[in-house]
Amino acid sequence: MMKCKEATQLLSEKLDRPLATKEKVSLAMHTAICSPCRQFGKQMEEMREISKRYIKGKDATTK
Amino acid sequence: MINANIPSETENAFTAGIFQDAEFIEDLRNQMLKFAKMQVRDSQLAEDAVQEAMLSAYQNIDRFGRQAAFKTWVFSILKNKVIDLLRKEKRHVGVEQLENGPNTNGEALIDNLFEENGHWQQNERPKKWDQPDHGVENEHFWRIFDACLNALPEKYGRLFMMREFLEMDTPEICDNEAMSISNLNVTLYRARLRLRECLEDNWFQAERS
Repeated sequence: MMKCKEATQLLSEKLDRPLATKEKVSLAMHTAICSPCRQFGKQMEEMREISKRYIKGKDATTK
Repeated sequence: MINANIPSETENAFTAGIFQDAEFIEDLRNQMLKFAKMQVRDSQLAEDAVQEAMLSAYQNIDRFGRQAAFKTWVFSILKNKVIDLLRKEKRHVGVEQLENGPNTNGEALIDNLFEENGHWQQNERPKKWDQPDHGVENEHFWRIFDACLNALPEKYGRLFMMREFLEMDTPEICDNEAMSISNLNVTLYRARLRLRECLEDNWFQAERS
């Protein structure tokens, strides 16, 4: 069974490379029962969105 | 510097006015400079890139109608200039030479976050972030985001920005920094762990308490 430490690394790497099927399956099994890692996964994606906004829309709402 | 592309006032008074708004331009220039300097080590080169991006914007100003669109566009010009500079900088200073400062290898953080059995420490478990209309757009948030970025070890910050800001792909970053794909992936993981931690401590949780 995958540990949170490995799961979080895969949740980050998911943004950088396509995961292998085996990795996807173990990750899905892990996140199905681990809510902190589910949050972590969402936050990884949110950080990507935030970074995009940092450059693009950062000032769009204040000017 | 007279250029045929500069619009006459009748053409588009608003865009022509952008460059006369000294406060807006100064503010924008500072933001651009900060962005370039975070990524290009030679600050003279960073300033030149900002200068060139501004000039290029000035020469094509008639294509833009709103300040927000203008900013996005100037930053995209700057982004390309920064990528060019990084390509030129290639391997002059490999990322491996940047291992400096505390917390560099990331193991310490990983040890703090996880139990020995590899599961989250009770009080380190990620909690839901309020998103996205709840404050993420505001200036205070961006100040914290800046501070968290700056607090990253230099190597982490550089790679994170190459990936997330400049949107460079993996082969390009690895080639540029002379590092392996797995080394890049693990470094990005550590950078994101630290950044996540910093944002959670200083914004998402702090706001709640």
